[in-house]
Amino acid sequence: MVHLTRRLLSGIALAAMLGIATVSAQAATLHMAWSQDATGLDPHKQTAFSSLRLLELIYEPLVRVDASLRIIPAIATSWEFSKEGKELTFKLDPKAKFQDGTAVTSADVKASFERILDEKTGAAARANFLSIASIDTPDAATVVFHLSQPDAPILTAMSDVNAAIVPAAEIKAGSIGTKAVGSGPFKLDKWDPNAKEVLSANKDWAGGATGVDGIEISVLPDEAAILAAMRTKQIDFALLNDPLVATLVPKEASLQLNRVPVLAYHVLQLNPSRKPMTEIKVRQAISCAIDRQEVLDTASLGEGKVTGPLTIPALATDPTQLFCYKRDVEKAKKLMAEAGFADGFSATVIGATGEPPTAAAEAQVIQSQLAEIGVKLDIKMMELNVYVDAWLKGDFDMAIALNGGRADPYTMYNRYWTKAGNLQKVANYIDDTLDSQMQQGRAETDPEKRKAIFAAFEKHLAEVSPWIWLYTSYSYTAQQKNIAGFVPTPTGTLFSLSKVTIQ
Amino acid sequence: MNYLLRRLATFPLVLLGVSILVFVAIRMVPGDSITAMLGTEAGLLTPAQRDALAAYFGIDQPWFVQYWRWIGGILHGNFGISVTYGRPVLDVILERFPLTLELALLSMIIALAVGMPAGIHAATHNEKPSDLVVRIVAMIGQSTPSFVLGLLIIYTLSAGFGVLPAMGEFAPLWQDPLRNLSQLILPAITLGFAFAASVTRIARSAMLDVLSDDYVRTARSKGASARSVVWRHALPNALIPVVTLSGIEFGYLLGGAVIVEQIYALPGLGRMVLDAILQRDYALVQGSVLFIAFNFMIVNLLVDLAYVALDPRIRLGEQ
Repeated sequence: MVHLTRRLLSGIALAAMLGIATVSAQAATLHMAWSQDATGLDPHKQTAFSSLRLLELIYEPLVRVDASLRIIPAIATSWEFSKEGKELTFKLDPKAKFQDGTAVTSADVKASFERILDEKTGAAARANFLSIASIDTPDAATVVFHLSQPDAPILTAMSDVNAAIVPAAEIKAGSIGTKAVGSGPFKLDKWDPNAKEVLSANKDWAGGATGVDGIEISVLPDEAAILAAMRTKQIDFALLNDPLVATLVPKEASLQLNRVPVLAYHVLQLNPSRKPMTEIKVRQAISCAIDRQEVLDTASLGEGKVTGPLTIPALATDPTQLFCYKRDVEKAKKLMAEAGFADGFSATVIGATGEPPTAAAEAQVIQSQLAEIGVKLDIKMMELNVYVDAWLKGDFDMAIALNGGRADPYTMYNRYWTKAGNLQKVANYIDDTLDSQMQQGRAETDPEKRKAIFAAFEKHLAEVSPWIWLYTSYSYTAQQKNIAGFVPTPTGTLFSLSKVTIQ
Repeated sequence: MNYLLRRLATFPLVLLGVSILVFVAIRMVPGDSITAMLGTEAGLLTPAQRDALAAYFGIDQPWFVQYWRWIGGILHGNFGISVTYGRPVLDVILERFPLTLELALLSMIIALAVGMPAGIHAATHNEKPSDLVVRIVAMIGQSTPSFVLGLLIIYTLSAGFGVLPAMGEFAPLWQDPLRNLSQLILPAITLGFAFAASVTRIARSAMLDVLSDDYVRTARSKGASARSVVWRHALPNALIPVVTLSGIEFGYLLGGAVIVEQIYALPGLGRMVLDAILQRDYALVQGSVLFIAFNFMIVNLLVDLAYVALDPRIRLGEQ
């Protein structure tokens, strides 16, 4: 009898275990959707938002940033700057393995950075690593970067998936970009461009077990259709761009909207090389004539926050203290008259259709605000690529832009506001103050001193007004309420999907 | 037969013209594969980096060299490699085409099945209340943009009834016919609605024309039943404008229905071409435009042949 009971009990236990196993096997694929697909698999070459979000799940950099933008370990477990700041040493995680089973060694790190620095690769992030003079690998788990000058922001630049560590063997084979072999939490099983990605959990991931067995990403180009698919529970998790769609999510009882202010900023770029924007008073008048809060409220339903040049929470100052952040039309008119443009002038503003979705609306609000000081704006909306082409050539009077942010202000702005900046011909404005503030910020490692340097930089930039910073918006993700563990971050990374579970 | 051969002989010439047009047009648009991949970050590239990427994308040579290479490849059956998909262009197109063909056929079936009877009914009940109803519905059908109808259908089904055909992963007809139909029926209705409206209007006016012809009056006076007058005598002649319209409309649909494919997330030709243009995947844009032009020519030829079948008086190729 006892025997029978025991067998029965063990049978029930087994069934229960099997039961749980089946349930979790069924429920363990996260169905995700986004409207724009990744455009390629080479982590060193891709810069499109979706590509980065996909590749962050497959590849790992040496370090990562957490939700408060602090540097945390990834492939490297520890790191240290030498006293003069010209040597940066990393210790690698001995458990780190690529998805083909080989260990991640210092040779892979060296090969990866050499690939990024090689001009033949065409890696846009190369510009952030030019201070690397040489790389030493004293043993398999230690990498030493020798820098030509102190470079505090390089560590943050290394946290980007554009600085991902790829297998040296794959570089040699020339297969980066056609095959995705990373050391991250998920493996890419299938990619059908503009339609679907299938990811499965990487059981050997050094970061431990993932919360789901796999992720299936569907490309649903229309965000209203994404919302419809979430209503019918086909989709568990989705990325949304359009604030108009995002604000509808909380109206659905079973859905949850996650939003977090991002580092990217909406800005009206003036072109100070074109008359009359060559006049500081004209640029300042434009700054004073624009009601940033109204632009935000009208174009983006108030979904965002008025910002100055610094969008990094730890460094941002109170924007109301910046030059003319409170609208002052009288002051604007006075400045215009002093510059000799009391009757105003005509100019063209360019914008990219749908990128961001609010671009056209922003241009229209600004058009009506500037009309009050006699500036007649002609709005020209373009396809994204056409816009990028004109933007890179600096071929515009004014441009509505959504420019990407970085976790470090030097990496974010050195391209525009230093004398040697790669995008000086887009910014078309530089002065000695901005250049020297940027150089000081680059070399300084003390956080408090850096904060003061960049606060002065921000104040000066708002005063000389080459651009009119408007607002930062939110990055949105929508999820079913039974999904737990997702942590939205200002960089927009979806890396925390590695620990997400389906309840 | 002679006519058919002559028509087929013009195909290569037309395709050559199309190839030059598409080749030049896509390169005249500002931006290239590099800015499409890197966006504004492309500004961080050094000249040497840019050159390396241009070589990778095959856009480092002068236009005529690129064109010569492309045309030379096509003559050997090689349409080039899509940089987005990393696969031969023709493979990518042929993978997407069955969906587009099926969607076009389904929409045409819906359009004809609804539009023809409605048009005939309206014509035979000219100026009666039911004619008015048909005309009003047809007017609404023609003037409703497909994105409005598509989103309305999706919203009503998902918010009102909590159902929606599976989106994202598309099931080909030969793998899972039921799932395939459930995924295609709503897009087909969305496209077919406007299509049916045009068919109704054309069928109605053609039928009205024919019904006032002498031979119809003769048939009536010889005592033919109303039914036989409409279906046997009048209809075949009224069909010609309907065939013309359906042919053109079908030809367009074979080029993909971009908006409907976007809304319903269908991996058809239209979305593929749009994405290829946005990503400046030159080989894929060029290959698919040629493919679409070829289909259009075939459909046109079939329409011409259908005229002969419908009206024996028409002799193709004769003055």
